[in-house]
Amino acid sequence: MTEVASGHDSRACDQTRRIPGEPGLWIFIFGDLVVFAVLFGVFLHARGAGPELFRRSQDTLNRDYGAVNTLVLLLSSMLVVLASRALNSEAYQRLAPRLVLGAIGCGLVFVGVKVVEYHEMINEGLTPAVNSFYMYYFVLTGLHLFHLLLGMGVLTVMFSTARDTPATTAGRRSLFEGGACFWHMVDLLWIVIFPVVFLVRS
Amino acid sequence: MSVLLRTKTTMIWLILMVLTVVSWLLGSDHGFGADARVSAGVTILAVAIFKVRLVGLYFMDLRRAPTPLRGVFEGYCVALFVMTIAMFLWG
Repeated sequence: MTEVASGHDSRACDQTRRIPGEPGLWIFIFGDLVVFAVLFGVFLHARGAGPELFRRSQDTLNRDYGAVNTLVLLLSSMLVVLASRALNSEAYQRLAPRLVLGAIGCGLVFVGVKVVEYHEMINEGLTPAVNSFYMYYFVLTGLHLFHLLLGMGVLTVMFSTARDTPATTAGRRSLFEGGACFWHMVDLLWIVIFPVVFLVRS
Repeated sequence: MSVLLRTKTTMIWLILMVLTVVSWLLGSDHGFGADARVSAGVTILAVAIFKVRLVGLYFMDLRRAPTPLRGVFEGYCVALFVMTIAMFLWG
């Protein structure tokens, strides 16, 4: 009897397993994750070749900016999770656009901090031309910033969909889930970039 | 609103925020000797990959994804963990 019951449970569990968003999106997400993993490897390899140079250069970075941006992106991810949940609940559907707007606001804060950070560095003459550390720093953070700006475009589409279409449809839910996963990927990448570039010391 | 917040994902989010602050403090300490810098670096990288896994499983909802998709993600986390720690230690 117990076996029958547990067999039934596992079948029920299998039925609830589903791909978040569109399946094709995951090829794109994993492609991006692999590209960044290769870049982390290249960065750490270059660091191994010149630890002293990397240590001195890393000390010129402002770790507080990187940490604040990590917290800001985590907050934005949570707001997107809440928005997805709100969208699926009749009672809280009207909150979804506002929660997405909050996530867009977090994205703007990230961009603002990044602009200040780049501005300060370039003013001090710390450009990609100085040495390989700064070259990798600007490539990694710049490529991430590009993804973040794309993500903010995605969030804007999610915001207008949530605001303009009151009824929950399968297509709308899938678009929302896919957009949310892209935004979480932006968060996930920064979670690695921050320690690899700003924190771990040679 | 409290209904939306009262889930395991909220707890995961709090853990992620706390871990970020801990890594920040650990990575900002200039008083470490060479050995302590290595252990701090390994800890910070391990915590980062753990955070990546939490974001994937709970925010992206991959814990409820079909096994192959979840498997690819878990594999990515393991590969990233091994690669970053090995490259950090041995260049």
